[in-house]
Amino acid sequence: MSDARLKAAEIRHLLETERDAIRENTTHMNRERYDAAARFERYEEARDAARAVKEDAIERLPELIERVRESVEANGGTVYLADDAADANRYIEEVVRDRDAETLVKSKSMTTEELDLNEHLEAAGVDVYETDLGEFVVQVADEAPSHLVGPSLHKSTAAIAELFNAHFDLDEPLETATELTNFARDYLLERIVEADMGVTGANFVLADSGTIVLVTNEGNARKSAVTPDAHVAVAGVEKLIPSVEELEPFTELIARAATGQDYPQYLTMLSPPVDSPTLDFDADVPLSEAAGESDREFHLVLVDNGRTAMREDDQLRETLYCIRCGACANSCANFQHVGGHAFGGETYTGGIATGWEAGIEGLDTAAEFNDLCTGCTRCVNACPVKIDIPWINTVVRDRINRGEDAELDWLVEGLTPDAEPGGMSLQKRFFGNFETVAKLGSATAPLSNWIANAGPARGLMERTLGIDRRRDLPTFERETLRKWFDARGGSRVPLADADREAVLYADPYTNYVQVDRGRAAVRVLEALGVHVRVPEIPESGRAPLSQGMVATADERASAVYGALAEHVDAGRDVVVVEPSDLAMFRREYEKLLPERSYERLSENSYEVLEYVYGLLENGADAGALADGDGRTIAYHSHCQQRTLGLDAHTEAVLDARGYDVLSSTVECCGMAGSFGYKAEYYELSMDVGGDLKSEFAAHPDREIVASGTSCLEQLDALFDEGTRHPVELLDPKRT
Amino acid sequence: MAVQPQTEFEAALRRQGSSWTRTTSDAFAAAVTEAIETPAVATDLSDWGLDFGDAPVTVDPTPRELLGATTGVTGASLGVSSYGSLLLPSDAKGTEPVSLYPERHVAVVSESDVVEDVPAAFDRLGDEFAEGPKSAVFATGPSATGDMGALVYGVHGPKAVHVIVLTDR
Repeated sequence: MSDARLKAAEIRHLLETERDAIRENTTHMNRERYDAAARFERYEEARDAARAVKEDAIERLPELIERVRESVEANGGTVYLADDAADANRYIEEVVRDRDAETLVKSKSMTTEELDLNEHLEAAGVDVYETDLGEFVVQVADEAPSHLVGPSLHKSTAAIAELFNAHFDLDEPLETATELTNFARDYLLERIVEADMGVTGANFVLADSGTIVLVTNEGNARKSAVTPDAHVAVAGVEKLIPSVEELEPFTELIARAATGQDYPQYLTMLSPPVDSPTLDFDADVPLSEAAGESDREFHLVLVDNGRTAMREDDQLRETLYCIRCGACANSCANFQHVGGHAFGGETYTGGIATGWEAGIEGLDTAAEFNDLCTGCTRCVNACPVKIDIPWINTVVRDRINRGEDAELDWLVEGLTPDAEPGGMSLQKRFFGNFETVAKLGSATAPLSNWIANAGPARGLMERTLGIDRRRDLPTFERETLRKWFDARGGSRVPLADADREAVLYADPYTNYVQVDRGRAAVRVLEALGVHVRVPEIPESGRAPLSQGMVATADERASAVYGALAEHVDAGRDVVVVEPSDLAMFRREYEKLLPERSYERLSENSYEVLEYVYGLLENGADAGALADGDGRTIAYHSHCQQRTLGLDAHTEAVLDARGYDVLSSTVECCGMAGSFGYKAEYYELSMDVGGDLKSEFAAHPDREIVASGTSCLEQLDALFDEGTRHPVELLDPKRT
Repeated sequence: MAVQPQTEFEAALRRQGSSWTRTTSDAFAAAVTEAIETPAVATDLSDWGLDFGDAPVTVDPTPRELLGATTGVTGASLGVSSYGSLLLPSDAKGTEPVSLYPERHVAVVSESDVVEDVPAAFDRLGDEFAEGPKSAVFATGPSATGDMGALVYGVHGPKAVHVIVLTDR
């Protein structure tokens, strides 16, 4: 089977086996997260503070490592800085051997997963028990964690019961979550009581005081750390922050972001060796006397394993700010459907995993799942430390593209006037150069549409470009938006009579495919007294960027800015129909253009209904637009439109014009640009779309309206009817 | 219990499903007797001027007694009104294990040690760390897990928390 077919088969298997449990758990945590953020007045303030602490700490990392070494040693513990996994494992094994430890208990630690510490110690003859119940489940099942916070959340209660009933010798089979929890608690209590050593991770390490901070809900880290008299804490070097002063915002954010709790059940701060008495259950001595006798041993193992190189890498550095809350996974539609066994690498899962796996394991590991990030940006708003996770995914995709072998480049020659080196995926080059494809498709329409949709052509496209033959292709219009606009003699609002002047950005979809929404946009703006221009402006760079073609996107950004700068300087507003293009201007261009250019363009660009909203707020006559007359619609906003906070404008305008608007609560349609066309992801795309389909299918009498091109294509595929853009509903010439 | 919360702290305790008693140092032993389920163990609170009197608790237990106990009684050095959190010091008398192992935790806090919110708690903590490294845990409600597919209380830590608020301290 081809790679694409293998990937499709893997995804199909996970959709069948793990999807239901993952979706239920992640969507629940995601809803709780929204609520928890809304309850917290200082949410944005805390995010900014946490971000600043991490930026500073990573900047000063070498200094903090030295400081924590001094403070831990002053407390009576030991610090070991491990270069890589083998080094860390070797050191921990030495500690175990020096203590003659036979059994050890562990609390949840992704860093020890990264090291494969359990496997290493078990090979050395040590019995290792995971005490976090989720980790315990995956340990018993001999599976990899599927989520940063909920390692076993791909398993239902029934699946865990089946696992335990088969694995343990039980008098009565277990059934309910309470029974399973009680059994695991009692089983693990015995292991904790007899353990020779405790191993924990650390959510934060306070350099000044040598303090390990652990965040748990179960209490297992507390027990594992202080019951045995030897404690090894394993942490990536990026967990260091200066002192308890900097800890506060993280404590308010981490549980909210992870599970939607206001505060963790247990926030443990240990500056070991601690005064707490060790518990020797065979000795008949009161606790207070045992405390005096105990001889506690503490080792802090700080793991580098690629992190120093990540710190020096301008693009991957941000990954080190991650506090591993899993919010990027919970907020991601693809993750909600396939989980971390597809959307993850050796250790880490979800959107941020691309950064971690690229830095720790290398590009090959990141390449296996990186395409599951569609760049929708919902995780950007979810991340408590404001990491631009889609950007990390894009950059890594770019690096993967540059590493691939060249073979079939001749197939897309001429269609791909990009700035990319030979050798990158043919499929990515094709989608990255959509503007050229669209231009050619339009010039030769309708012939191009017939040929493209004919059976033999679809087979060829599937084999060479990986375009799934089950997906309808866009239908190119012979008369482009710009031709139509020129043919009607330009703007019908003379400049002298105009209240404002605007440039309508004719993106390739609006110009060549969804021409109706472009015409409607022109008429709507004119009805509100705007003199409209539709100049030729290059594609925004969204298409190549989504394929990881950063150099091409960078060239496009410069070209777009060059073409729009004079208009902006002339006081013309830039009006954008396609939300993903507006998101380029407002977000990604910050990374692609000089700061002043970015500011000028982003400040003067508007999503079309955002612009209409602004015109109406400033006194334009709403009566000039079509009257909704109480008609009922089902509206689906676009991912990037939502994260930019612009969905409300569309809803408000439609509502003001008398439409009865029902907005989708399902945030993602599953299409995501080229994603849903790709043969390996078509079924996942349709599965994600199924959520939106269920929601809208309950309202068959409502007309379906969507702002994004991709959403519109997906909704057409799901409902088999003509989905329209909201601006078409306001078109005074609407028939 | 049908007691109405009189303070923000108590309202937060109610939200997390914990119960509480308002009492004074003089009536401490009686409050403990009412709050515990036997067998019960406790850390020594004589340095707070508190006497367990004839309350049926084993003060300063052995690890075996701790393991067999249903209730553990400890002091909390701080309460946080916004979330009902308690700061439990990791001290030599065993506040950490006594608050953790039994399925019911009875925490004793002075009302004057209850601060408004997390930033205020961290101000206090910052002062303490300024004197030297500290070990303590913020405990907020009972131990909980969702790992078995539904929310269950009482995993490795207590299933229920009761707070005795000393109004005269």
